[in-house]
Amino acid sequence: MATRILAVDDSTSMRQMVTFTLKGAGYEVEEAADGQQALDIAKGGKFDLVLSDVNMPVMDGITLVKELRSLSNYKFTPILMLTTESTGDKKTEGKSAGATGWIVKPFNPEQLLTTIKKVLG
Amino acid sequence: MTDAEMQIDELKREDAETREFLTFMLAGEEYGVDILRVQEIKGWDSVTNIPNTPDYIRGVINLRGTIVPIIDMRLRFKLEPLEYGPTTVVIVLKVEKNSEFVRTMGVVVDAVSDVHDVPANQVKASPDFGTTVDTDFVKGLATVGEKMVIVLDIDYMLNSQELASLDEVME
Amino acid sequence: MSIDISQFLQTFFEESFEGLDIMESELLNLNVGSADKETINTIFRAAHSIKGGSGTFGLSSVADYTHVLETLLDEMRDGKRDVTQQSVDVMLQSVDVLREMLNALQDNLDLDHDRIASSHKQLTDLLSSDTSLPAASSTDSNAPKDSDTQEENSSGGWIINFSPYPDMMKTGNDPVRIIRELEELGNLTIELNDEKVPSLDELEPESCYLSWKLTLHADVPIDAVQDVFSWVDDECELQINEIIISDGYSGPDRRAPESTGKARKAASKEQTSIRVGIDKVDDLINMVGELVITQSMLHQLHDVEEFNQNTLERLQDGLAQLEQHTRELQENVMRIRMMPISFAFQRFPRLVRDLSNQFGKNIELKLTGEQTELDKTVMEKIGDPLVHLVRNSLDHGIEMPEIRAEAGKPETGTIELNAFHRGGNIIIEIKDDGAGLNTQKILQKAKENGLVKEGDTITTEQVNDLIFQPGFSTADVVSDVSGRGVGMDVVRRNIRALNGSVEVVSTPGVGSVFTIRLPITLAILDGQLVRVGKETYVIPLISIIESLQVKNEFVNAVTGSAEVYKLRDEYIPILRLYEIFDVEPDTKNLSAGMLVIVESEGQKLAIFVDELLSQQQVVIKSLETNFRKIDGLSGATILGDGTVALIADIVGVYELYQKKIVPSELKVIHDGGVAA
Repeated sequence: MATRILAVDDSTSMRQMVTFTLKGAGYEVEEAADGQQALDIAKGGKFDLVLSDVNMPVMDGITLVKELRSLSNYKFTPILMLTTESTGDKKTEGKSAGATGWIVKPFNPEQLLTTIKKVLG
Repeated sequence: MTDAEMQIDELKREDAETREFLTFMLAGEEYGVDILRVQEIKGWDSVTNIPNTPDYIRGVINLRGTIVPIIDMRLRFKLEPLEYGPTTVVIVLKVEKNSEFVRTMGVVVDAVSDVHDVPANQVKASPDFGTTVDTDFVKGLATVGEKMVIVLDIDYMLNSQELASLDEVME
Repeated sequence: MSIDISQFLQTFFEESFEGLDIMESELLNLNVGSADKETINTIFRAAHSIKGGSGTFGLSSVADYTHVLETLLDEMRDGKRDVTQQSVDVMLQSVDVLREMLNALQDNLDLDHDRIASSHKQLTDLLSSDTSLPAASSTDSNAPKDSDTQEENSSGGWIINFSPYPDMMKTGNDPVRIIRELEELGNLTIELNDEKVPSLDELEPESCYLSWKLTLHADVPIDAVQDVFSWVDDECELQINEIIISDGYSGPDRRAPESTGKARKAASKEQTSIRVGIDKVDDLINMVGELVITQSMLHQLHDVEEFNQNTLERLQDGLAQLEQHTRELQENVMRIRMMPISFAFQRFPRLVRDLSNQFGKNIELKLTGEQTELDKTVMEKIGDPLVHLVRNSLDHGIEMPEIRAEAGKPETGTIELNAFHRGGNIIIEIKDDGAGLNTQKILQKAKENGLVKEGDTITTEQVNDLIFQPGFSTADVVSDVSGRGVGMDVVRRNIRALNGSVEVVSTPGVGSVFTIRLPITLAILDGQLVRVGKETYVIPLISIIESLQVKNEFVNAVTGSAEVYKLRDEYIPILRLYEIFDVEPDTKNLSAGMLVIVESEGQKLAIFVDELLSQQQVVIKSLETNFRKIDGLSGATILGDGTVALIADIVGVYELYQKKIVPSELKVIHDGGVAA
């Protein structure tokens, strides 16, 4: 079964880029535009990895991580935050909420894939 | 021609910089247009007249959902009009401006004649000798065997310069 | 693997423009002093997305510029900085600068570096000023990543003591992944320490009790090793010690400069896309489903050898369903292009705010009906005319506060923008409670211009309508739009180009209402098909009042060729379509044909045609795609038999009529008064 990734970002272009890159590498990808949407999608399916932006409307990435970690299905699932350098303190906030790690924006498709492969093994 | 042959042909063309021209007849003279610009050739069918336009604009047709204007070449070149007959055809051309496709237009000609390969260096600038056609429309003259073909500058001829100035014509 | 990220640029530009619009309107919503946290957050998010995207898509100039703005907003969001009027102004300006930058980048134009630099400086000045907190908040607590400043040691490798805390796996981090990653750096010796693993009955399966001593034999900088642990450095005990090799050579190890080459290739023609709500797409899919069912129902009749009463009924039912579904599908497809007019309205709070300040007027802007939907193309094209009208109301309509006070009006004037649907149209009203149009001045000006003759009887509406005449703009008469050198005639022309109309109703001292009427979509038109000789024309149903057979006694010929038709109490000019379009009619005898009474912009016309055909919805095709604009026509359509029919543009037809038919002395205004 293909590896399934949930990509969460409120920016369409960013989502497109992430999805395109991951699909190109053979992953199955679902998209969500905010934390709430992501949570709903996550509840309805099983994902091997969640990739989420931090700053989003409705529900932000930090809250999403907390919510996901409270679900038994996502207790150990790798969750990567898409952060920017300027929001450095968000990294630790994301970590303490239960995120696995982060990818710093801006990143290019190759960097994204390297990191994802690293996490998924 | 098979695909392979076509590819070879393509290569040859690039090598020797030859151009393929579709030629057509108009009042006894043979004219050529770059074949890459020819979208299709269709028989004459009725058109819808466009009011208050010069007579050489015969009207518009429905070409698979888009509205395409039809220009009568004889009238455009101020030649004697000729009753449309069985050989009369409409050549649908892709018109470019600054190397970008801008519009599709159809031209009515007496008959389609031939397709010729012409080396680029054989298209000569038209000397100012008395062609029946306004030399502005002529890109050059090409010699094909014994014949002489007048190569038309369709972009110049069919672009807004020519067709948008109609407002003044109308006054 | 290489991925061309430029393919996402167009989406990035579009969402960034949307983001900028949001920033602008939210900045205008900000209450200086007591700013709403959620509003700041929204603005921050928009800036943040633009910065993130621009960095990712290689637009470093935008990313650099936005970074300062983002930092500023971040501080405001965290309550570390007050929201001042000055900062709002600077940020509003930076929204403009960003918009210009993105526009330039999108069109491959040069950036205005001076403007960007000066705006950037304003932002940085603001950032380093009056904050209660020292400088920027980007205090990255993690180990410095700045490799340029760090001495790069050659080393024999590293000894790493790695003891995860029991809960490390609960963040999805797997020690095995980390060890595997270290192996990629070089030769790794692994020593496992399982002392801490408790007895089975005490063991928590979700906890990690293991620790490792890892020896990495590789000449890699400590950064590389730290990087591997960067996600878990607060979830484990970590010691990294260098294996020193005595004769280690420590040479310059300059890293290749990061490639900053432009990843962007010249984008060719601008491609626009549209964002569609998922509900609209779902509706469409449902419709298509219905259509497929109908199709299969009809298909069952395919093999019927002979029709009987039963099969015939099924066929009729099927066809009726097909018709309904096709129409619904068409309507739903049209809905895809529909967007709420708020997209066009949202620039006005800013505009009104800026201009009010500029003119020293107090003006309140009210927006209603912002959710009214209209076609995206119409929306894009109505923006400029709307701006002109609002500026006009602001400039010439609303009086200065002291004058208003004298007139017993509230000092704050009001401009209302209202949109709603009526029939197949969208109506946009621009209403002000200003001074109203000065009819005396207009009339005087019109007489100077020869638009109106002494002794002509014209109504107030007609006088007011004169402001839309070409060449009718002077600063002291209402129609000049604030030094832009653009008159109301351009506004009307642009609106007409959309098959719309604009009218004004004004009461001196009370105010003016400009009413714009536009088709909701440019794609479909309800039309009356008429025949003149061999030609079929389409007359927009919206402009038709009635159609009638001519009674000769009601026809009056006025001074030679101009004829009028007496309909009830009005005299309406008769316009013979065959004369206008220069075609051969069946008949030139008025009583043998039909008159179609139309009205456009207050002008009634009786259009003479040979015959009325059916009324139907037609799909509008542009003549300009392959040809050009033709006077008197707004486009063409393809009829059921595949032939092309031309769509008459009533205003244009009337202009042709004035040019071609009417003797010059009668050119002015057709009115009951003139004919009598």
